[in-house]
Amino acid sequence: MSIRLQNIAKHFGKTLALEPVNLDIHEGELVGLLGPSGSGKTTLLRIIAGLENADRSPEPGKILFGDRDVSNVHVRDRRIGFVFQHYALFRHMSVYDNVAFGLTVMPKKERPSSGEIRARVFRLLEMVQLEHLAKRYPAQLSGGQQQRVSLARALAVKPDVLLLDEPFGALDAKVRQDLRRWLRRLHSELNFTSVFVTHDQEEALELSDRVVVMSNGRIEQIDAPDTLYHSPKNRFVFEFLGDVNHLEGNVNNGVLTCGDAYLHVDLPNGAEELLLRPHEVRLAEQPSDTCHLPVVVTAISPVGAEVRVELEANWLAKPWLATVRHADFERLEMRRGQHLYAYPRQWHRFKDEALAAEQTRVA
Amino acid sequence: MRRIGDAPAVKRLLIGAALVLSALFLLLPLVAIFAQAFSQGMAVFWSNVSNYFTLHAIGLTLGVALLTIPICLVFGVALAWLVTRFSFPGRRILQTLIDIPFAVSPVVAGLIYLLLYGRNGWIGSWLDGHDIQLMFAWPGILMVTVFVTCPFVARELIPLMQAQGSREEEAAATLGAKGWITFWRVTLPNIRWALLYGIILTNARAVGEFGAVSVVSGAIRGQTNTLPLHLEQLYQDYNAVGAFACAALLALIALLTLAAKASLEWRASRREALL
Repeated sequence: MSIRLQNIAKHFGKTLALEPVNLDIHEGELVGLLGPSGSGKTTLLRIIAGLENADRSPEPGKILFGDRDVSNVHVRDRRIGFVFQHYALFRHMSVYDNVAFGLTVMPKKERPSSGEIRARVFRLLEMVQLEHLAKRYPAQLSGGQQQRVSLARALAVKPDVLLLDEPFGALDAKVRQDLRRWLRRLHSELNFTSVFVTHDQEEALELSDRVVVMSNGRIEQIDAPDTLYHSPKNRFVFEFLGDVNHLEGNVNNGVLTCGDAYLHVDLPNGAEELLLRPHEVRLAEQPSDTCHLPVVVTAISPVGAEVRVELEANWLAKPWLATVRHADFERLEMRRGQHLYAYPRQWHRFKDEALAAEQTRVA
Repeated sequence: MRRIGDAPAVKRLLIGAALVLSALFLLLPLVAIFAQAFSQGMAVFWSNVSNYFTLHAIGLTLGVALLTIPICLVFGVALAWLVTRFSFPGRRILQTLIDIPFAVSPVVAGLIYLLLYGRNGWIGSWLDGHDIQLMFAWPGILMVTVFVTCPFVARELIPLMQAQGSREEEAAATLGAKGWITFWRVTLPNIRWALLYGIILTNARAVGEFGAVSVVSGAIRGQTNTLPLHLEQLYQDYNAVGAFACAALLALIALLTLAAKASLEWRASRREALL
């Protein structure tokens, strides 16, 4: 079932939580709403669910599930599945009763027989690998197990769309990885339309078919993860999607200077700020004629596929972060306090925010 | 190394003081009530209790309590729901207003009701014209008892419902449950212990209320005399054994209430230990 939002806005009192938003989610898509806290992503999700009402003035927006206009449909009749951030399991009911709840509250003539309910609940519990815990109470389960119960409960009523609010936010890293992979698989098996909210870029990029990046109640960009990462529309998106190093200075006749550092760039005269990802910083023992960016190594973290190196210099307001291959790390015999020279492999600049123009130059 | 406040001398002193004070102010009077009630033997106690006026007072007291509880229950749940699930202007003021019956002296409450609903009162004079008498009759007693006891249930529920939040109710709604079903199957089971606790407190207060009732009842023996009022009358008539027999009855109700409360708390703690 596709989801279409037209001109959906929300105020809480006088505070604007969501600017008028338009969004099309295709059938079978898994879409992540990504943004920092206060960006309006959860509000948007709750409006889709019907747990929150969008503004009716100046003009009411529209929410369509497929061809069905659900703008004025109560949450209980929208046929959605909602997974809450802290699971919101019914604490006085067993796991079985939690999952069965949506089926047992159906009107008499639609309600499946008790045998069917039993069969369906156990099928769902099997799917989330919890059938052996059917008699337990929520408080007796771990966070990851509670989250799976919550998913099974939401899926029991065969919703048209599945909405998840920070589904893995409260879990530890390892469980989170597993659940993410599991949700991805479940999604491709069952092929329902899902929207989930997260503040974790990695999670959004890994899980989603498309990511909606939000800030301050506004949609900044909607794109597939790789497009988003490689061509962010504006500075906010660029900065939110990963670590960023800043190089601020003045350009004069094609040379950007900043204290005793300089870099040849093909830019008009004036103040400039260049942005670099950690993997776009190369380190060497000697400067060149066109690039002179002296730095001192202040911290080294050799964990993972690459070595993370922190760099400082008196021309830098904030330390830089660089990721170096283990081979380069060994070749340069890197150690704390060492003086090196940084080279940008490429850099990005977002000069005119209004035009949302982005430039990437390979140095 | 000793923990802070763990000096043995201080510990003994505090425990001793607590024991002595509880014995002097709580236990001894309770024992004295029963001792006095039975001081002239079981037969005299029994004849005092089975006296028509005493029986009538017991009936009236229990009847008023029985009516008060459901009224306070509905009022308390509705109010707690309103205050914890909705935000509206004046919510905080409402939360403060709930406490008025606790803050106001019951005698004052009784007087206000008399002023409003008495035969010469603002509303009472109109009612009198329609042949409805509230004051100096059982409806008046019920009204002031409800006034005095109405905060108990709400006060028990509000903090609990605030802490639990409305997520489970939202979850029920997303699963298609209607309002009533959600209330019966999700909200009520979550608040049932606090609710029972509130009922026990309401009952204790309703049975024992003296001040407000004494103003509006008129204390007519065999008609509008509740047990606490009857007790006081007997005492004024120098019938000490009769008075203490009534006191013993009230104390008995209180003890039963306490036992019920303790068993509830025990069950609740056992439930928590299980989970």
